[in-house]
Amino acid sequence: MHLATYLGLLHHAEHTLAEAFRRVGDGHAAEPDVFHLCEVLARQCDRHTDALVPVVERHDERRETEPERLLTAGLGETRSGGVGLLRDLQDLYTLASFVDITWTVVGQAGQGLADRELLDVVGTCERETAVQLRWLRTRIKQAAPQALIAAR
Amino acid sequence: MDEADRISDIWGARTPHARDESWPVRVDMHLDGDVGEADVDRWVQSACVLCSNGCACDIAVKDGRMVGVRGRAQDTVNHGRLGPKGLYGSWQWSRSDRLTRPLVRENGELVKSDWDTAMGRIVERSRALLDDVGPLSHGFYTSGQLFLEEYYTLAVIGKAGIGTPHMDGNTRLCTATAAAAMKESFGSDGQPGSYTDIESCDAIFLFGHNMAETQTVLWARVLDRVHGADPPRVVAVDPRTTPVAEAAVATGGVHLAPMPGTNMALMNALVREVIHRGWADRDYVYAHTLGFDELAATVEPYTPEVAAKICRVPASDVRRAAEIFGTSPRVLSTVLQGFYQSHQATAAACQVNNLHLLRGMIGRPGCGILQMNGQPTAQNTRECGADGDLPGFRNWDDAEHIDQLARLWNVDPLTIPHWAPPTHAMQLWRYAEQGSIRLLWISATNPAVSMPELARIRAILAREDLFVVVQDGFLTETAQYADVVLPAAMWGEKQGTFTNVNRTVHLSDRAVDPPGEARSDLDIFLDYARRMDLRDRDGAPLIAWTDPEGAFAAWRECTRGRLCDYTGLSYEKLRGGSGIPWPCNDEHPEGTDRLYADGVFPTDPGVCESYGHDLLTGGSLDERTYRALDVRGRALLKGSPYTAAPEAPDDEYPFAVISGRTAYQFHTRTKTGRSRQLRRAAPEPWVELSVADAARLGVAEGDVLCVESPRGSVQAPARIGRGRDGVVFVPFHYGYWDTPAGRAPGDDPHAANELTLTEWDPVSKQPLFKVAAARVVRVADGTGPAAAPTTTASAPARPGAVAGTVGGPGAATQERVGESAPPPAPPTPEHTPGVPRHEATDRS
Ligand code: SF4
Repeated sequence: MHLATYLGLLHHAEHTLAEAFRRVGDGHAAEPDVFHLCEVLARQCDRHTDALVPVVERHDERRETEPERLLTAGLGETRSGGVGLLRDLQDLYTLASFVDITWTVVGQAGQGLADRELLDVVGTCERETAVQLRWLRTRIKQAAPQALIAAR
Repeated sequence: MDEADRISDIWGARTPHARDESWPVRVDMHLDGDVGEADVDRWVQSACVLCSNGCACDIAVKDGRMVGVRGRAQDTVNHGRLGPKGLYGSWQWSRSDRLTRPLVRENGELVKSDWDTAMGRIVERSRALLDDVGPLSHGFYTSGQLFLEEYYTLAVIGKAGIGTPHMDGNTRLCTATAAAAMKESFGSDGQPGSYTDIESCDAIFLFGHNMAETQTVLWARVLDRVHGADPPRVVAVDPRTTPVAEAAVATGGVHLAPMPGTNMALMNALVREVIHRGWADRDYVYAHTLGFDELAATVEPYTPEVAAKICRVPASDVRRAAEIFGTSPRVLSTVLQGFYQSHQATAAACQVNNLHLLRGMIGRPGCGILQMNGQPTAQNTRECGADGDLPGFRNWDDAEHIDQLARLWNVDPLTIPHWAPPTHAMQLWRYAEQGSIRLLWISATNPAVSMPELARIRAILAREDLFVVVQDGFLTETAQYADVVLPAAMWGEKQGTFTNVNRTVHLSDRAVDPPGEARSDLDIFLDYARRMDLRDRDGAPLIAWTDPEGAFAAWRECTRGRLCDYTGLSYEKLRGGSGIPWPCNDEHPEGTDRLYADGVFPTDPGVCESYGHDLLTGGSLDERTYRALDVRGRALLKGSPYTAAPEAPDDEYPFAVISGRTAYQFHTRTKTGRSRQLRRAAPEPWVELSVADAARLGVAEGDVLCVESPRGSVQAPARIGRGRDGVVFVPFHYGYWDTPAGRAPGDDPHAANELTLTEWDPVSKQPLFKVAAARVVRVADGTGPAAAPTTTASAPARPGAVAGTVGGPGAATQERVGESAPPPAPPTPEHTPGVPRHEATDRS
């Protein structure tokens, strides 16, 4: 069963996203809302990772050999300025979207297995990931015109 | 007729009465020196603009000057009363150091100039920037102190003329959360309750609201219930022992003093208790709200014990407060800066709405919510869209709403920026800091004292590449940084209307001429529009009006059919009698006392002012997601978990420092600091700390303290007061205009906002003035007690330790009780005008 592989993938992706939130927050500390919310959302990702641990452990015994090139790459150095912020938020958006669809994938497997514990975790984390995406989209929309038109 | 010293006796003589009786009339009058009532040449109708209460008054004019004020007995807001600021502070400034000519900066100095030169410079810079960069180079930062006509004109100039989204006001710092919370819960801004709810409530909850000092006349109204038969229980949430907290104890209520930044934990516990103990009105919740299950799940972890630990208050007090809320037949709640300027502001204010929705206590006598405003005309900044809103409570994300405005103004809808919510103040200043906003026009407000983290604000104002226009009556701290200063006429020197906390609209007539060449803010905006040659899509002038009444007529059209409907109002109708609360239209010509009597709310897509946000992050819902909720006129129960504040006391900075107000000063004291009586009552800042903290630090009353945060410091004498341990209070009114340094601290830093941090609520974007961490160091012996008022929350812990605050002979005020019958309350329509009708949701 490849579910274990995918749970591992998701675990890793949430961890990567948490790190990315922290990196973007620190890199743009002069934007107080970005700094603060990135930390709040990073902690949310940490909780998602923790919530996955028991499920991962439960399914780990039945792990297949891992196919290649599954893991997501993290974020590099953050960029600076208005356009840099925009671009970094877009990177976060991409990562969070990946996490989001991975929860969907895992949730489908949970349905197939009627794994109630897993479905509970998926329900909460999927909802919170949707909020993360919503915030990113809102902030990107707000930042875009000024960064692209008026910034020097 | 009785004479009172309304400095020592802030609320005046009691006129107690029983529940459901009207509040008696008491006419308060203060006239200058030996001017008698009979000596006055003319009385000119107005209302006070020194807080959001909007007490109606008549201005006394003698020999062409304002010489005093008298409350208007026939007005539903104040029944004749005025408070110390209104009595002593509303008119005295008019004869002092006013700006009388435009100033322009030459070789680094501000020099006297004329209107043509000053406006010419603005227009030249404005045009060049529009050509070069476009509208995003322009920012407008206005006030909570202008008139409706001025805000609306400014909004049309900014949104349809220039086309910039960068328009906000000082209201962001004081009332943004009130608006945000109402949008989240009810779909739109618009105060559900009314002051008349005070007369009939059985309990009154004041959440972070020291009403006794911020709206003194409203508190007098509460006191008359507290001292009458069947008084309401008072519950106060405030880290200081305010007069409100004292009333809580006296009435058998509760005083909860949570640690700053923890309101959300407390509110979640109160909501949880109401649900768990079965006090929710299940039928109302089912028929009129959406989101109960999610809310119940969100608050589930917050037992009274959990909240008690986070907030550091006794769990039994949390239970007791919930019980009073849950079991009193009629509850009135008010909310102000202790919530709005703190962490998780919107989420916490929404929980107040939730408590009322859960108990079905909305729209009935005594069952009100008053999400308060700070500044006098803040409501109009919001309605008119001179802040981060669109005129008439329209939704920036609703294409039809944008089309309505485009048709009204006859412009291309694409001119009106609506790709994202209008830029909030904190972001606007950030763009100026980054150099992408290059023209900042500040009207009638003083950010160099009122914004958080002042060192940063001063640096932005001083930027070479930022062209700063300041329009004010005085050379404020902010004006001293300007490139062009425009002298503005002020209250009593111009005409216009404005709206108070409970939606009551007042007319303020012109009593005297403005000094020198000063012009009304309206005339200044109109002049700019003319010189910029702003036109509509047919080439006609964009702004068709030329005077206040014309602006009011245009505004009326803009509100037609909306919740804030003004179409039934006119200057003529507002003159002579009482102010009238909107919505007011042909069908409801006497206005509306309470909203939402039938539990139907303006939440429908197509009507609502916002599709709402996630309360934790501020991420906005899009139209599709919102439509999928199928709200059908129901209110939304929204929740959020408690999160730790971005800054909390630690080893290095062990205190929580909060800023706040005193009864005797308003805002940055530009007016009240020029009143003899008020200045004497609260002449200078102080640092308030608890008895135990003072003992630990070896501090005696009056010792000079230095309060240091990671951002700056404040020095002032110590008041050993009655706040909770671990919390330090500094009044925010005191800047530098009356110090040798003029606009900046020099070697005497004492503005509270030297300490505060640049951080804001994710939904309302209101800055967090009440969560900074600081350390306190004793720097010198005192020369006597601190000059903090003894009559208010700043009273010394040891009564009698300090001489009492008095006004003396110059403060004599006449109070005439019961000369006329109280004015009748306005009607409450069964269904709220401007809200689509819905049948109650059926349980089947
Ligand atoms: S309560 Fe407010 S509006 Fe009324 S007199 Fe006092 S300052 Fe003015």
